[in-house]
Amino acid sequence: MSGSTITSAGAGVTTMHDRPVDERIQDFAEVDTGITAEEARAEAERCLQCKKPLCVKGCPVGIDIPAFLRDVAAGDFAQAAAVIKKDNMLPAICGRVCPQEVQCEGECILGKKEKPIAIGELERFVADEERRRGMVMPEKSAATGRRVAVVGAGPAGLTASAELARMGYAVTLFESLHAAGGVLMYGIPEFRLPKEIVKAEINAVLALGVDLQLNHLVGRSVPVDDLLSYDAVFLGTGAGLPYFMGLPGENLPGVYSANEFLTRVNLMRADKFPAFDTPVKKGSRVVVAGGGNVAMDAARVARRLGGKVTLVYRRREEDLPARMAEIERAKEEGIEFITCTNPVRILGDTAMTGVECVKMSMCELDTSGRPEPKEIEGSHFTIDADVFIAAIGQGPNPLLVGQLPGLERGRRGNVIVDETGKTSLRNVYAGGDVATGAATVILAMGAAKTAARAIDRMLRGE
Amino acid sequence: MYKIEKTGPIADKVYQMWVNAPHVARNAQAGQFLIFRIDESGERIPLTISAVDGDAVRVIFMAVGKTTTHLANLKAGDHILDVAGPLGKPSEIKKFGTCVLVGGGVGTACLPIIARALRNAGNRVIGIVGARNAGLLILEDEMGEVCDELQVSTDDGSRGFHGFAADLLKQTIAKEPVSAVWIIGPTIMMKVTAEVTRPAGIRTFVSLNPIMVDGTGMCGSCRVTVGGETRFACVDGPEFDAHQVDFNGLMQRMRTYQAEEKESLERFHDHQCRCGGNHHA
Ligand SMILES: Cc1cc2nc3c(=O)[nH]c(=O)nc-3n(C[C@H](O)[C@H](O)[C@H](O)COP(=O)(O)OP(=O)(O)OC[C@H]3O[C@@H](n4cnc5c(N)ncnc54)[C@H](O)[C@@H]3O)c2cc1C
Ligand SMILES: Cc1cc2nc3c(=O)[nH]c(=O)nc-3n(C[C@H](O)[C@H](O)[C@H](O)COP(=O)(O)OP(=O)(O)OC[C@H]3O[C@@H](n4cnc5c(N)ncnc54)[C@H](O)[C@@H]3O)c2cc1C
Ligand code: SF4
Ligand code: SF4
Ligand code: FES
Repeated sequence: MSGSTITSAGAGVTTMHDRPVDERIQDFAEVDTGITAEEARAEAERCLQCKKPLCVKGCPVGIDIPAFLRDVAAGDFAQAAAVIKKDNMLPAICGRVCPQEVQCEGECILGKKEKPIAIGELERFVADEERRRGMVMPEKSAATGRRVAVVGAGPAGLTASAELARMGYAVTLFESLHAAGGVLMYGIPEFRLPKEIVKAEINAVLALGVDLQLNHLVGRSVPVDDLLSYDAVFLGTGAGLPYFMGLPGENLPGVYSANEFLTRVNLMRADKFPAFDTPVKKGSRVVVAGGGNVAMDAARVARRLGGKVTLVYRRREEDLPARMAEIERAKEEGIEFITCTNPVRILGDTAMTGVECVKMSMCELDTSGRPEPKEIEGSHFTIDADVFIAAIGQGPNPLLVGQLPGLERGRRGNVIVDETGKTSLRNVYAGGDVATGAATVILAMGAAKTAARAIDRMLRGE
Repeated sequence: MYKIEKTGPIADKVYQMWVNAPHVARNAQAGQFLIFRIDESGERIPLTISAVDGDAVRVIFMAVGKTTTHLANLKAGDHILDVAGPLGKPSEIKKFGTCVLVGGGVGTACLPIIARALRNAGNRVIGIVGARNAGLLILEDEMGEVCDELQVSTDDGSRGFHGFAADLLKQTIAKEPVSAVWIIGPTIMMKVTAEVTRPAGIRTFVSLNPIMVDGTGMCGSCRVTVGGETRFACVDGPEFDAHQVDFNGLMQRMRTYQAEEKESLERFHDHQCRCGGNHHA
């Protein structure tokens, strides 16, 4: 296959640069190997340089896309990086994991007739180039003498920290785990987002002078009163609370939340057990319940651990909420999809041995505009399995936000914020999954940026 | 990096270790735990905070598997890569009246800090420490100091009362009115001993030790059924109402990685032999 045309991942066709299936399911190295400089320039040249670029509207952080594409076309990759970095401190990450098909690329005018520009792939290319050359430090304002506490070092917390540090604030970033990155480190697998890249982009944030305190669970290691003694607080604690399905047998050995399964492998490297100490049940026959990105990741990790993997989803194929490209890659990798099916019971005595499922029929539309799944009586069947992974969603972690007296929260436990990210508490802002519920990396970053600006205005007394 | 200030054996296979971890020491309360990760390839393991002195915290652990054996081999001046905490809900400390604290084996490690807090809250505290034999008894002196009364039992009669801590508990609640009981030890011991207080309906707490990963409520590995509901021991516990806990389910989950644990420990011993016992190699 010549790499002369780049197919946008969002177009529903896997990119030309994916490693062959039988090779990639043997390891955790990145699936998409990226594009060459020539390919990048050729693709960027296709851009029409629209006067009113729709693509920019589709980007939650408003990167000046035509400007960086112009630089790429001209071969000035360093300048392209500078343009992107003005609005996005984590471009190598976003270029890889943004759902571009519904954001920048989804809006690109070229997509109306033919293929949109592969903006994500190009952003990734520019960022990877910069990392190879050595990262350039962005400018920083003079110290303001004010202290801001940021809680949680996921995309939201990292972005808020970077923005505030650049504005001259003394930022302390608290993270409960032993590594910064949030879902980028413990959730999204290596083969979609190499951890070396995450670490490099985090180091660039820390180089701005952010004081990162790992192993600090705010609300326990840092009392709430200490937290509130900062001049301002940004909450970026994410939506890490795993939902279980409430099935009989759900506590049997072999049953995991996607969070646990992925954390054991991505953060603790259980794939390398016993060289790394943390074990995971590899499972010869694995059932994953769910249909989003998390389910795809769990299924593809289980596949790489050597299991035969079946994904069960209660709605139809076309309702799968995961990114199209990842669904296709999962299928290529041999993951079996059973749609319109729901697990009802985990079977087993001392450890799980199977999953009892039931077929679902699609009824009238629900509030999300999708048909409501209903159980079909008598359609129960069993899948033999030794590992079951529930990937049915996560809610905001209640530990800290539940301890802040007077903090207004929504029905699902999410922190309520205004359009600037301000919460009901004085000087306390929030953004990312803790405010929206499980969403995306770039939305978390966008919200953090908005909140950082609002914190700056507030502290300057505007 | 967190420096080991002091460490050494205090009973058969049982060690106490003081580690400098100011963020944990400053905020630790009775009943809470911390998580250690010894090095880059290490597992995150939870251990109860058993005492605090300035910026240092003490843990007491039994060398049962790979990580605790590795920990036992470390010396003063060595470092632990990550210490997270304090984690978990503190014990429910208030004026109950008379409280009995029952410790089984290494579970006794949790008790002095709870005993002290209960004493400070105006309770009369009776301690009962039990072990299989005299060589496994820990913290007898320390418990003697912090409790108003201390009783000792060993299963084989090598020290103190010949029998189970549960028997001493039974005698104690028959002798005087008791308002609250803590039972901390091996899961099976907690399960059995909790039956002693059930008929009288005495408030009884146990500290559960399911397998944990993050210890922050993010993974659900530590889930236990309490009163028919799924709870996460790392954030909702580790102490729960003993009479509501599904101990059988807990014990089943704790056996999840038996095969892997065995492999890991054997590999560690092999490796130590090859390096002449020098794990720094
Ligand atoms: C498996 C998986 C795959 C995904 N794939 C994609 C994808 O392809 N594209 C995409 O755009 N999005 C994806 N997402 C969603 C995306 O990762 C999240 O929307 C995003 O990470 C949210 O960022 P955040 O900073 O709000 O929270 P998080 O990333 O959850 O970070 C929160 C951080 O706060 C820490 N924390 C929590 N409480 C405390 C406390 N009290 N004290 C200190 N620290 C605390 C946590 O340890 C964590 O590090 C995926 C999510 C998962 C789980
Ligand atoms: C809240 C809490 C407090 C604890 N306090 C103490 C203490 O003060 N002193 C002490 O000696 N032990 C304590 N434990 C138990 C201790 O964590 C385990 O002994 C330790 O993890 C064993 O690790 P290993 O590699 O040496 O042994 P392994 O061979 O891995 O395991 C031995 C046994 O320990 C349990 N275990 C294994 N991994 C974990 C894990 N990640 N988390 C929890 N349990 C695990 C399993 O049930 C297993 O059967 C506590 C556990 C919890 C949950
Ligand atoms: S940050 Fe995401 S949405 Fe914005 S241009 Fe980059 S890939 Fe597109
Ligand atoms: S909409 Fe498409 S063609 Fe227009 S500027 Fe943006 S990327 Fe270029
Ligand atoms: S250890 Fe992960 S939720 Fe308790």
